[in-house]
Amino acid sequence: MTTYDSVLHPPAIIAELKKNNITHVVWLPDSETNFMYQLLNDEDSLDLVPVCREGETMAIAAGLWVGGKKPVVLIQNTGIFESGDSIRGLGLDINQPLVMLIGYRGWTRRGPTPDSAARFIEPILHTWGINCYLIETDDDADRISIACEEAERTQKPVGVLVGTEFGV
Amino acid sequence: MINNTDAVKLIDSKRTDSVIVPTMNANNVGFGLPSVTSNQDLDLPLSGAMGKASNLGLGIALAQPDRKVMVLDGDGSLLMNLGTMVTSANKAPTNFYHFLFNNKVYAVTGGQPIPGSDCQDWEGMAKAAGYAAVFSYDNLEDFTTGIDEALAATGPVFIHLSVEPQVENTPVQFRQRSPRTVKMAFDEVPAALGARSG
Repeated sequence: MTTYDSVLHPPAIIAELKKNNITHVVWLPDSETNFMYQLLNDEDSLDLVPVCREGETMAIAAGLWVGGKKPVVLIQNTGIFESGDSIRGLGLDINQPLVMLIGYRGWTRRGPTPDSAARFIEPILHTWGINCYLIETDDDADRISIACEEAERTQKPVGVLVGTEFGV
Repeated sequence: MINNTDAVKLIDSKRTDSVIVPTMNANNVGFGLPSVTSNQDLDLPLSGAMGKASNLGLGIALAQPDRKVMVLDGDGSLLMNLGTMVTSANKAPTNFYHFLFNNKVYAVTGGQPIPGSDCQDWEGMAKAAGYAAVFSYDNLEDFTTGIDEALAATGPVFIHLSVEPQVENTPVQFRQRSPRTVKMAFDEVPAALGARSG
């Protein structure tokens, strides 16, 4: 049985972002990361950049990176599907070391999922050669640090799939 | 209407230490910014990820608030990503200058008309999106006279330019390419900005 202790709480993610000196969170809200919004707004060290469509996020992040900042992208897996040309042109082709936090809509560890958003996301990331990590509980949050280190070392985007989230 | 080269030449002459993000015809190697630029180190061309030039420029503007960022966009490109106008206006960087080269066609693919080319109100859309200031020019004389006022305005500023279509019909594999690739620019511009070592 799932308990509140065994899920992911937004402060654990935000602590990881701060630990890795992230400056900007470029995002479009999704249900998996809903409870993070207020905390992000309240966090002075993180500048929130809301967008109208997910494909904008990689381009804005590219500009921030060019200008010396360290952004992450926070969108749903459905938004990754919409963002293909941005990931190609402004992620992979320019060697942007971008960590993409991706709401894993449809994810379940307990059996087949009817949601194609969940079924397609990992194969698509792998097709692009983008490695990804899954976080489901607070104990997993340090995988964000692993992703940040890997993005810098490989100079390419890395995905972090947010499998669950609970309120503050 | 304004000649494409005349427009980029005038903008370049006013750039001082601005970063310029050109795309499509404004980035044409034969008659766009690459043909007239006075400071290539601060040019960040975008030829892929169509429609995202203004997002790229917005990111730079947010990261470098003390430096002007000029985006040279195309009408077909901007139509692919209209939400960017609201995204930019919402963050409201005061150093962000969004030029729209409106030639009413997809010039790099042979000159096909863009959807709704005869009925769009770009100034109205920019105002409705929330840009702090909006300017429009349909001839070089007025643009030459007015550009200082536009660039003195507090951003985000939207500058609509009616430009002559210069249609590219050369087969893709025979087109002139810039020796400076997008990847090279992404390696060089951060160093020029002092954002990271080159």
